[in-house]
Amino acid sequence: MRVAVPVFPGSNCDHDALHACGTVMGWDTIPVWHQEPRLPAGTDLVFIPGGFSYGDYLRCGAIAALAPVMADVKRHADQGGLVLGVCNGFQILCEAQLLPGALLRNASLRFIHADVHLRVERADLPFTSALKAGEVFQVPIAHAEGNFTLEPGDLADLEARGGVAFRYCSPKGEIGEAFVPNGAMNGIAGIVNVRGNVLGMMPHPERVVDPRLGPTGGLGIFRSLAAALARG
Amino acid sequence: MKVRVSVQLKPGILDPQGKAVEQGLHGFGFAVEHVRIGRLIEMDVPGADAAEVKARAQAMCDKLLVNPVMEKASIEVL
Repeated sequence: MRVAVPVFPGSNCDHDALHACGTVMGWDTIPVWHQEPRLPAGTDLVFIPGGFSYGDYLRCGAIAALAPVMADVKRHADQGGLVLGVCNGFQILCEAQLLPGALLRNASLRFIHADVHLRVERADLPFTSALKAGEVFQVPIAHAEGNFTLEPGDLADLEARGGVAFRYCSPKGEIGEAFVPNGAMNGIAGIVNVRGNVLGMMPHPERVVDPRLGPTGGLGIFRSLAAALARG
Repeated sequence: MKVRVSVQLKPGILDPQGKAVEQGLHGFGFAVEHVRIGRLIEMDVPGADAAEVKARAQAMCDKLLVNPVMEKASIEVL
């Protein structure tokens, strides 16, 4: 199991990703500088970490989407390789057009850091197979631009094809505007591409995987990935 | 040639920044509505033919300057 973690100027969750994948999960985890034209040979999973790549210049993720390493991430995704983008990584995947939509400024205009609850909408993905549909888990968010937006027609298409992987919810799993921290349409916290191998999410599962540091709500996603890659 | 690209949020897209500024203006007693905040990009583009320069600026918008999910642009060749 080999994981590549692209690192951009301004990435600041790269070490969380390296810790979760490398130290906690025990995977062969390699940071990859954004100027590298190629991912390490044999990369199974690309984990695009959070942060403020290129200082969020122009739009969050817009410049990072053009970095040399991203061309190889696209090739990896086109070949069916797994790609997980968290927070800024989600924004980068949208700007790179590996996922639909855009992440706008939070409706409150504020940077929000909070523990939120997510409901699993798809439990049949390589990222979620160790979870159950409808299951609720707790993860932190920390972002200013997490307000997921799509044109109304495209939003309907995304929902119709089951593109929503996670939705913000109450601790009991209820859905509603009151539980959406950032204004995201339909309470969408994470989405997956049509093929099911590229997932982007605003919350940070990699921050809640090490029992020595506290809660472990993010482990389900990493256990799912372990199972998916063991299957090959 | 000097080119000015004005990038605006599309009409349907919520603009919380514009809303906050609008409320601020109301606080000063200004009667305004529909405040929208955008981005202005100026650049020098080589070339003498305005139509050709504008077409190149449009290509820049398509490639990088504009996210069509949420933004639209107008291009001015000065």
